[in-house]
Parts: sequence; C-alpha cells; structure tokens
Amino acid sequence: MSIAERDHPPAELLEQIKATTRELEALRQALDAWYERYDGTPKRDALFTSVSGAEVEPLYTPLDRPGVAPEEAAFYNRQVGLPGEFPFTRGPYTTMYRTRLWTKRQFAGFGTAEETNLRYKFLLERGQTGLSVAFDFPTLMGYDSDHPRSLGEVGKCGVAISSLDDMETLFDGIPLNEVSVSMTINGPAIILFAFYVVAAEKQGVSPDRIRGTVQNDILKEYQAQHAWVYPPEPALRLIIDMFQWCAEHAPKYNPISISGYHIREAGATAAQELAYTLRNGFEYVERGIARGLDVDDFAPRLSFFWDIHNDFFEEVAKLRAGRRIWAKRMREVYGATNPESWRLRTHSQTAGVTLTAQQPENNIVRVAYQALAAVLGGTQSLHTNSMDETLALPTEKAVQIALRTQQILAFETGVPNTIDPLAGSYYVEALTDRLEEEAEEIFTQVERLGGVVPGIEMGYFQREIARSAQRQQQEVESSDRVIVGVNGFTVEGEELEIPLLRVTEQTEDRQRARMAAMRRRRDEADVSRTLEALRTAARDGNNVLPPLLDAVRAYATLYEIRHAMEEIFGAYREPVFF
Amino acid sequence: MEERKIRVLVAKPGLDGHDRGAKVIASALRDAGMEVIYTGLHQTPEMIVSAAIQEDVDVVAMSILSGAHMTLFPRVRELLEQEGVDHVLITGGGIIPEEDIAELQKQGVGRLFGPGTTTSAAVEYIREWFAEHGRDREIVES
Repeated sequence: MSIAERDHPPAELLEQIKATTRELEALRQALDAWYERYDGTPKRDALFTSVSGAEVEPLYTPLDRPGVAPEEAAFYNRQVGLPGEFPFTRGPYTTMYRTRLWTKRQFAGFGTAEETNLRYKFLLERGQTGLSVAFDFPTLMGYDSDHPRSLGEVGKCGVAISSLDDMETLFDGIPLNEVSVSMTINGPAIILFAFYVVAAEKQGVSPDRIRGTVQNDILKEYQAQHAWVYPPEPALRLIIDMFQWCAEHAPKYNPISISGYHIREAGATAAQELAYTLRNGFEYVERGIARGLDVDDFAPRLSFFWDIHNDFFEEVAKLRAGRRIWAKRMREVYGATNPESWRLRTHSQTAGVTLTAQQPENNIVRVAYQALAAVLGGTQSLHTNSMDETLALPTEKAVQIALRTQQILAFETGVPNTIDPLAGSYYVEALTDRLEEEAEEIFTQVERLGGVVPGIEMGYFQREIARSAQRQQQEVESSDRVIVGVNGFTVEGEELEIPLLRVTEQTEDRQRARMAAMRRRRDEADVSRTLEALRTAARDGNNVLPPLLDAVRAYATLYEIRHAMEEIFGAYREPVFF
Repeated sequence: MEERKIRVLVAKPGLDGHDRGAKVIASALRDAGMEVIYTGLHQTPEMIVSAAIQEDVDVVAMSILSGAHMTLFPRVRELLEQEGVDHVLITGGGIIPEEDIAELQKQGVGRLFGPGTTTSAAVEYIREWFAEHGRDREIVES
C-alpha cells in the first residue's frame, strides 16, 4: 500500500465523521425547535401512557437509537423530517393526534332528506364528529327526483336532494356553524354547494362560518367514477370559480377533495392511485394560477381523499409519500411560500372493494386493519365501511360497529399516542421512497401524453385502471391471491345471518310529492329571471356562483340549474372501450 | 364446422357509474371467444333494447350496483317482449339481494351474479344456456 493510499482513507473518514456530526447537529437543532412548537400547542386531555403505565414520547427519531449510522441522519433530515415540517413525511401537523384525533366521519345517506336527517342525528348522538353526505345517483348526475331518467333510482344509493328545500330538511336541527359537513358530489358540485351555502344562510350562518368539504374533483370522474355532467374545460372552469369564491367568502371551507378513492376502487394500484390523484391536484393548481389567482390564496384549502386497501404497509407508505410529493411540488414548482399550501391534508376511507359478500362478518376485521393503516399513515379524518356494504346500504347496527372500530383504535390501542411510529422502519421508508419514484415515473408518462385532459380524452387513465382491475381479478380466480371466504376458507351452503336495510319504492313517490309541493310554493318568474342571469354569467365567463346562489334562493331545482348551464357548456360524452 | 360465436351485449343501465365489473366481465367473455359489445355508461332501457336488436345479440348482460335492479331488469325484459324478441337471455350482476334475485327470476330474468363470482362461472353459464336455447340458424363454416 502506498503512502498516498494510506493517507487517503483517514481524510475521507474524517470528512464523513464531520458530515455525520453536522447532520446530527442539524437534527438536534431541528428537534429542539420542534419541541418548542410542540410545547406551545395545546394537547387533548389524555394520559399518553401505555396500558402498563409507561410514559410514551410524542415523537421518536434517529436520536433515540444508540448510535446513528453515517448517512442515516442525512437521509432522515432530507427525506423524512419532522411532523408539521417540510416535506411532511411524518404528518401535516406538528402535534398530530396529541392535539386532535382524526375526525370520525361516516359517509351516509339514503331515501329522502327526512330519513337521512334522522340517521345523521343518530350518528352525532353516538359520538361521530363530522357528517358526510352520500347522494343518490340522480343527484350525483344532476337530475331531479321527478326527472324520467331518475326512475327507480331515487334515494337508493344515497339521499335525494333536488332543491334548496331538500337541503334545508336534510340539516334541520343540525347547526351548520358547529358541524363540519363533507359532500360527495362532483359533476353538479357547484349546485349542491350553493344549496348548502343558502341552507346555512337560512339558519343564520354566513359562508365565512361554514366548515366542510365538497368533493368537486371532476378529473377523477372522467378517469374512474363516471358521475360527470359537462365536458372537461367548462367543468374545470366551474371548479376554479369555486376556488375563487371560497377564498373570498368561505375561507374555512375546502372547495375540493382531490380523490384517489374512486380511482383505486375502479382497479388502480397504490402507485396509480397516488400518481393520478396528485397529478389531478397539480392540474387544479395550474388552472387556478392560470386564472390569475395567487397560489397561496387557494392552495391551503385543497384537501385530499385516499382509499385504504388491504396491503397494510403499502397503504401507510402511500399516505407518507403523498404528503412528500405534494409539498415538494408546491414549493419547488408552483412557488408556494405559505407552508399551509405545502401541507397535504387528507380524508381516508377503508376500501369498499375489499369487502366480501361471503362471510360478511369478516369484513369487520378487514376494516379494522385498514383503519389502523389510515391512522398510522396520519389521516385527518376517516370513514370505516360497514360489514354489509357489498349487500346493501348499511344498517344502523353495522354502522355502529364501524364507528366503534375507530373508537377502539383511538382510545384503546395506544396507536395515536406517538406520531408516525412506523418512521425509520426499513420496510416502510423503502416503500415510501419506491412509491414516490413510481409516481414520478407516471407523472412523466402523463406529460408525454400532453397532460391530464388529453390523457382522459385518449382513454389512457381508464385503460390503465381497467388493465389493473383485470389483473387483480385473474389473480383471485387463479387463487394466486387468497381472499378469505371467496377463494379460500369458504363455507359450503353459507346462509346470510345479518339483517339488510331496504329502501322502499315509496321513497320515490314521497320525493316526487315533496317536489310538486315545492314547485307550487315558489315564484316561477323569479326562477326564470335568476336562471337567465346564470346563463349570462356562464356565457360571459364571469364567476357563476353569485347568480347561481340567487337561483337557489328562488328554489330553482338541481336539474333546472344543471340544464341552464348545459345550454352554454354542452354535455360530456365518454369514449367507450373496455 | 364450428358453432358460431355467442354475441353478448354488456350494458350499464341507469345512472350508476361503477363499470369495473362490467369491463372485467366484458374482457372475460371476449377472452372466452364470445363477441362482446359494450354499451358504455348511463344507458336507458330503451337504448339497451335498441342496441340488442341492432346488434342481434343472444345475451344481454347488465351490471347494476345502484339498487335500481327491480326497475331496470323488468323494464328491459318488457321492452324486448314488446319488440317481439324472445330468444335473448337477460342476465347480469351487481349488488342484488337474494330475495330480489328470486323475484326477478320468476319474471323471466336469467341467473344474476353477486360479488365474489368468478368470471368463469358467468362464461360457463352463458355457454350452457346457449347450448340449450341458442339459435342455431346462423351456423357458419370455420
């Protein structure tokens, strides 16, 4: 060995030691600063000790290990970081569940507004902390309950809401300044949002006091869920109208929930769900900027929605990777300077598609594991599915078990005591990195197609999703993948032992009668005048919300408003293939 | 000589947008050698019946997850009857309670498949039905 070779390694080693020390020092300083913020934030009233009585720290980092390997601190500082700090891998907020548990928000709706109103009161009485409205198919597509296309579908899969009158009944006795309400509606989202704003107004609650979310994510409708009304360009314009109006008038309201849920349910993989959803999010941001809005004026109110599937660690990693990708993009590409714009906040729901009709009680266990993954991934709110949802809408008993699943997780398991407990796991960190890389590859593919809208028009997303769905079906049919009760551990001649909820045909008649009565009460001249003003705004490119709110106040119906705008915007026709 | 291909119309009636099942079954039937026409979403019973007649299909397979099955299946059956079409199997799948399946079968609808069914079960059922009831007037040389 030459002298030069002998001399070289120590110099390199010295440099390495210095670098490690620097990284460790940086982490120590960051952690000190983090603890200052942590101490300055109120905590919820809880023990934060283990069942055995041991103290649980709010956060564990590489500094809790006996000796940090070179590079590990550097990796941690760069890729993982601290909760509430860029790049938010460990959570969007500093104190996470130490301050506030996730919102337990069960998606519900069926029959008429009166029936669903009673279910909401039932849920609130049992400790649910937010509401989430499921609309029926006619409402989702912008048809009134008495439209011919609604025949047989009124109130079946959700609640029928055809006008302000129905929305007022839906929240009768539920104070809209106190409860946050999420609404799953997309094609006609802006109309249902207007119903909601005016229903609150009638309760004496001004828009600046409403809290909640409207899904309003049209891109994933074309890609996966398929409840659209208008073609992409005017539909995107309506979404930006809402961003603009909410930034000005309803600052606590989320005007969009950028959703992976339906993309995943339709068959996508975790990486596809992650990438398509975030790419849709970038599209909305770019459209907002193109409208002339300041990114920091609307980005803080963008919210997300993930599907929590069976693969436990992959789901945890997906939530972590999602936050990191979003934060980097918002800061580095879109120039957002407000940390609120970097923070990805999300709702999660356990995966409906994983529930089985066979031995449905087993679904309780599936949902519990998925809920655990959502919480370990750091979700802000959660819906747990009911065991009977592959068979019908859930019964009260089934919904109660689903809600109790969250309460057991929150109050008995100790999981929320410490923030992001899976950080630093070799597997979870590697998965998080892998999902981020896969998402980046998919973003590149989408760019190659010319962006999201051209991708939709040429059926790229739809085809990729259908292909994944087919692959998964083949794996199950060949028994390469075991689904308990379906292709393994089956029971011969199984008898269903759980009760099912039935929505009767009388719902449709009752809803038609309600609509007829409402139409008799309203002033038709007022309806025509306000709808004409709406058409004008739509044609002239002005924000449609002010005239739309006036039409709602005049009790114009969902379909009347949908149709008025359709005259200007046209209707969407899907490219058909399989 | 080989039997002609079975022609199947896979349809999504009503406003329900859940087409994962419809697309998976359409691909599986095609892979099993059938000729498959997929209607796309949001079809009225009238649109489905007119497509069935135009395409001269043997089977109409409908996927309904919206709970509207008690309206949509009978409506398609009635319209086919009104058009004098009596050689077409109406089958399908979705979220349909057992008692509703029994009622629909009494009205002349074929087998309806629930969640967890394999695509091969559907393929087999259609083949068996066709072997017994299918029209053989269009046998072609292979």
